[in-house]
Amino acid sequence: MADFYKNILERWQNISTHRFFWPVFFAAGLAFSIVASAFDILDLYLQLILIYVGINIILTVSLNLVNGYMGEFSIGHAGFMAIGAYTASLLTVNVFPAGALNYLFPLAIIAGGVAASVIGLIVAIPSFKTRGDYLAIVTLAFGMIVKSGLENIEVIGGPRGFLGMSKLTTLPWVFFWTVLSVWIIRNLVYSKFGRGVLSIREDEIASDLMSVNTRQVKIIAFVVSSFFAGVAGGLFAHALQFINPRMFDIIKSTDILIMVYLGGIASIAGSIIGAVIYTILLEILRPLGIWRMVLMPLMLVLLMIYRPRGIMGMREARFFVPLRDLLAAKLWKQKNKEAPDASA
Amino acid sequence: MSAKEKLLSVSNLNVAYGNINAVHGVSFDVAAGEIVALIGANGAGKSSILRSISGIIPYSGSISYKGKDLKQTAADFIVALGIAQVPEGRGIFGNLTVMENLKLATWHRQDKENIARDFDRVFTLFPRLAERKHQLGGMLSGGEQQMLAVGRALMSDADTLLLDEPSMGLSPVLVREIFRIIAEINKAGKTILLVEQNANMSLHIAQRGYVLETGRIVLSGTGQELMGNPRVKEAYLGG
Repeated sequence: MADFYKNILERWQNISTHRFFWPVFFAAGLAFSIVASAFDILDLYLQLILIYVGINIILTVSLNLVNGYMGEFSIGHAGFMAIGAYTASLLTVNVFPAGALNYLFPLAIIAGGVAASVIGLIVAIPSFKTRGDYLAIVTLAFGMIVKSGLENIEVIGGPRGFLGMSKLTTLPWVFFWTVLSVWIIRNLVYSKFGRGVLSIREDEIASDLMSVNTRQVKIIAFVVSSFFAGVAGGLFAHALQFINPRMFDIIKSTDILIMVYLGGIASIAGSIIGAVIYTILLEILRPLGIWRMVLMPLMLVLLMIYRPRGIMGMREARFFVPLRDLLAAKLWKQKNKEAPDASA
Repeated sequence: MSAKEKLLSVSNLNVAYGNINAVHGVSFDVAAGEIVALIGANGAGKSSILRSISGIIPYSGSISYKGKDLKQTAADFIVALGIAQVPEGRGIFGNLTVMENLKLATWHRQDKENIARDFDRVFTLFPRLAERKHQLGGMLSGGEQQMLAVGRALMSDADTLLLDEPSMGLSPVLVREIFRIIAEINKAGKTILLVEQNANMSLHIAQRGYVLETGRIVLSGTGQELMGNPRVKEAYLGG
C-alpha cells in the first residue's frame, strides 16, 4: 500500500515537472467544462458552485499578489470587484446590442477589469507615497466609499441593486478566465518584476538600495491586482444576474482575505487550494444556517494556531515553479551530494 | 587631495530625527579610487551620513556625485548613478535565494553580457556564494551574509561603494578576510566610503579618514596620521 502511494507521488512529480502537461490540463479542463455545461452532466447547482470556485480563485490569487507576495495589506478587494461588476453589467445591459452579447461578453469583462484597475491606480498613487500601514486604512475606507457611492446612484438602482443581465458567465468562460489570471500572475511573480515585488516584502529600504523603483513596482502590482478583482466582479455579476452594493461590503473583502491566509501567503497553489476549500466548505455547511458563520472563524483560529502560515504558506507546488529554477536547484543538490563541503 | 578630482562631495550636511540632531554641518570629499574611512563611536552619526548619501532619509545641506546634486534624486536612481550601499545589518532578503538576491541588484541594468561577467567576478571573489547559490539568504551564516551584501553591491555595477559596518558581528578571522576583500575591490578600481567602529582595521586600509563625534567631524587626515594621533589612539585604538 505504501508503495502504491509512493508510486502515485512519483508519477505526480514527473507530471509536475513536465511543462507539456500545462496545455494538456488546459485543454482537458476546457473540454470538460464545455461538455459538462452543454450536456447537463453536472446539475446547475454544481455548475454554479464551480463557477464560484473559479471566481474566488481569481480573487484570491490577485489579492495574494499584494498581500502575500508584496507584503502590503489591502482590505478593499471587494470594492474593486464591485466596480468591475457594475461596469461589465452596465455594458451588457445598456450599451451592447442584445444580439451580439455572447461575442461581446469578454469585452465587457475586460472593461470591468480596466475600470477597476483605473480606480486602483487612483487609490495606489496617494497610498504608496508613504511607507507603512496606510494602504490598509486607505483600502478599508475605499471599500466603504464604493459601497455607499453605489447605494446613492439612483440610475444603477441604488441600494435596490442592478439587474437585467443575461446568464453569460458559463463554466467554460470561468475556466478560461481563471486559468488566464493564474497564468498571468504566476508569470509576473517569477519575472524580474516579481523579484522586485518580493524584495519589497522582505526589506523595502534594502530594495531601494538595490535600485528597485519600489513606488512604481508597488503601484503596478496593485493595479494588476485590481484588474483581476474587476474581472472576477464582471464574471460574478453575470453568474448571479443580479448585483447590489451590499454584496460587496467588508464581509466580502474579509472572505477573500480568509481564502488568502487559509491557502497560504505568497503561493499560487495555496491560493487555489484556499479558494477551493473555503468555497466548497461554505456550501457543504449551508444546512447549518447561521452556525456556519461560527464554524468558519473557528476553523480560521485553529488554522492560525496550528499552521500560522496557511496550508501552503511561502511554499509553491512544483507545477507552478519555472523549469529553470527546478533544474538549477536539482543540479545544485546533486553537486552538493557528490562533494559535501565543509560547512561553516 | 585637491589635485585629484572630487567624486563625491558632502557639504554642510545636517540630519535630524525629530528634535534630535544626529549630524551637524558635516563636510567632506571623496576622490575617485580612494578608500575613505569614517570612524566614530555609536551614535556619532556615521550611518546617518551614508543614508543621506543614498537618499533614504531626508537631510539639509548638499551632496553631489560626479557634479550632480543628489538632493532631488530618488534612492533607486542614485544606485543607477553609481553609488551602492551595503546597509548596516546587511539588508539581505531572507526568503530569496542567494542568486535572486544578486539578480535584484541588477534591476536598473540593461547590459546582459556585463551582468554575466559581474556574476563571474562576484563568484570568484566569494567562492562561498557560488556554493550556496540556491540557498535562501536567511539560511547563510553572518559572514556569508556580509559577503552576499558586498557581492550585491558589486552586481549593481556602481563606481562607489558605501559600506556600513562591514565587520559588525563577525569573528576576528572573518573581519580580516572582509577587510582584505575591501582592499582588493578598491584595487580593482572602486571608490569606497567605509563606516566603521573598528578603527584599527579601517584606518589600516584607508587612504584618508575622518573622526566623528556626536555628529561633527573632529579630526581628519591620512590613515597613517590618524593612527598616530594620540587622541584617536586613546579613544579608538585602545591606548
